[in-house]
Amino acid sequence: MTLEPGDIVERAVGPAVGRTLVTGVIGADTHIVGNRILSLALEKAGFKVISLGALTPAEDFIKAAVETAADAILVSSLYGQGELDCRGFRDICVEAGLEGILLYVGGNLVVGKRSWEETERAYFVMGFDRAFPPGIRTPEVIRLLNKDFARRAIAGHRPGAVE
Amino acid sequence: MTAALLIDFGSTYTKLRAVDLDRPALLAAGQGPSTVTTDVTIGMKAALADLEHKLGKLPVFKYRLASSSAAGGLKMVTIGLVRELTAEAARQAALGAGAKLVGAFAYRLTPADEKHVVSLAPDIILLAGGTDGGNVDVIRHNAQRLAGLGLDCPVVLAGNRDVGEEIAGLLGARGKIVHLAENVMPNFGELNIDPARAAIRRVFIDRIVHAKGIDRAASSFDAVLMPTPAAVMEGARLLADGIGNRKGLGDLLVVDIGGATTDVHSVAHGNPVREGVIQHGLPEPRVKRTVEGDLGMRHNAATIVAAIGHTRIAQRSGVSDATIERILAAFTADVERLPESPEEIAFDEALAWAAVRIAVERHSGTAKTVQTAQGPVVVQIGKDLTALGTVIGTGGPLAHGATPATVLEAARADPAQPLSLRPAAPRLLVDGDYMLYAAGLLAAVEPDAALALALGSLRPVGTKRSHEQTYQAS
Ligand code: B12
Repeated sequence: MTLEPGDIVERAVGPAVGRTLVTGVIGADTHIVGNRILSLALEKAGFKVISLGALTPAEDFIKAAVETAADAILVSSLYGQGELDCRGFRDICVEAGLEGILLYVGGNLVVGKRSWEETERAYFVMGFDRAFPPGIRTPEVIRLLNKDFARRAIAGHRPGAVE
Repeated sequence: MTAALLIDFGSTYTKLRAVDLDRPALLAAGQGPSTVTTDVTIGMKAALADLEHKLGKLPVFKYRLASSSAAGGLKMVTIGLVRELTAEAARQAALGAGAKLVGAFAYRLTPADEKHVVSLAPDIILLAGGTDGGNVDVIRHNAQRLAGLGLDCPVVLAGNRDVGEEIAGLLGARGKIVHLAENVMPNFGELNIDPARAAIRRVFIDRIVHAKGIDRAASSFDAVLMPTPAAVMEGARLLADGIGNRKGLGDLLVVDIGGATTDVHSVAHGNPVREGVIQHGLPEPRVKRTVEGDLGMRHNAATIVAAIGHTRIAQRSGVSDATIERILAAFTADVERLPESPEEIAFDEALAWAAVRIAVERHSGTAKTVQTAQGPVVVQIGKDLTALGTVIGTGGPLAHGATPATVLEAARADPAQPLSLRPAAPRLLVDGDYMLYAAGLLAAVEPDAALALALGSLRPVGTKRSHEQTYQAS
């Protein structure tokens, strides 16, 4: 199956099939509902999902990713302290040998009167590959995962490797 | 009468328990020195002579089963990937197999680690790493490094199944003996230590017993089934769970105070008791053993005093500071020494109290409060043992000590440490005849008799030993 730009797919395709994804809600955040919906949808779509649940420290995402050789980490933050909790996330990944791992963040990232663009930029600076605004639907997330894994397969990337 | 002989080839003594399986009851106990380092048969003969002296005549034994902690115990090194994940699971498997854990490594072995592993001279190495389908690079790296080391000990391989055969082949090609077992953590956060535990026990029976020279006494026993700590653990499991229609005591904790270590075994899930508490970390094995290598009553007497505080020991024992120093020196000089003077007895009791307190505190989980925007959330790490019903003490100081009640009391929760999830109000029992290891061994062949014997050996603290007053499961 080839992907056309803009295609809405509900399944992992091509190089994305069977990839290991770590999900969880970071920090002292107990909003579990969206994360659970997302995790279930990803599993149904054909990913292997390591779901860490609510109240997960940043270090635990990384430990789980190392042990399971995960290909991506999807961080949820809803309660408004995402920026604090995610600070240095990519750096910790690099430290643990997960240099090229795909990093997504989503939930309720905008705090106060800040624009989405500004918020997104802040997460890019922290090393996330993508940040998602509230209301993002799961097929869209799966579509982007397909796209990113396809692009990485071409580039010969092995994200989960601990070097 | 059908009799059985249960043997413990210990590090100091060769201990025997002769039991009558029909009643079931303890016939007599015998003891000899531990002579594994020279010729194990000497100590065994002495112990049998002691037993014969007490019984008049040795019965014909239907079973003669042994455990061993002699010749340094079952020395193991574990290697995993992430310290809190597969490396921890490997550690749990080794401890659960009754091993003496001499080294626990995580991530990639460095050249310094390799030298360290060689210097530890393990009897068995447990190699883990990666969940199934997970990381393969690190376990492969570590296997390659191990393959090149001048060690001839067997390797139990219990890592990512994707590379199980490959790594077994890699090690086998370099002359290593490899036993392949299921992954200690097949899925993230899922503990699966029983297969590795069983593999370790098989290697112990097939090779280590011979390697340690214990099989020289093979004419006086049928089999050495497991390391002694594993036998104590089996005894604890049997006591807790019962067998068939005979109910056990339910969730319990065993504290085994020894000269070199203090062991704690718990048989309990330890899940959060209070509502709304969130559990963090790896799931806990229901039958869990922890070993405190710095809390041995003789080898580490000074460490225990330092850990609990000089003042505390002085207060509890009523012994002056100067005297404490003098007794410590005497104990350190002679690790087999039994307390003699009233001061030594008081000091020893305070020492045992401290060892139990610290060991049970380390074994039990902790609750910590995390402040969130919504308010406080309680996070539990490790087992919640607050509701645990029974604490059993075993080991020299409790069997011979003046007041086991005071010593075992230390296992109870202390209101001054509200975050420690120790048992709040357990009944305190003593394994007066040191029967737990024997019951653990016997459980393999005669579980009903083993349970009756184990229960029969328990008495509530503060009571005198009497065979009319044995403890029964409610
Ligand atoms: C239900 C709820 C609660 C419940 C949570 C119950 C639970 N255990 O889950 C309770 C009452 C406990 C609660 C508490 C609080 N809440 Co609240 N809560 C909500 C509410 C109403 C709904 C959240 C929800 O479940 N949505 C439904 C799910 C399906 O959607 P979702 O979470 O957005 O997830 C979807 C997508 O975002 C996406 N997604 C999620 N994560 C990720 C990650 C990635 C990588 C990707 C790609 C996608 C993705 O996938 C999901 C499926 O479509 C929201 C408001 C709202 N309407 O969103 C406020 C809200 C999140 N809460 C808020 C606040 C402030 C709090 C409290 C701090 C309030 C307080 N002062 O006590 C506490 C914090 C508690 C804590 N420590 O976490 C604010 C956060 C403000 C901010 N971010 O700036 C919100 C936005 C309300 C508001 N408008 O003020 N809350």
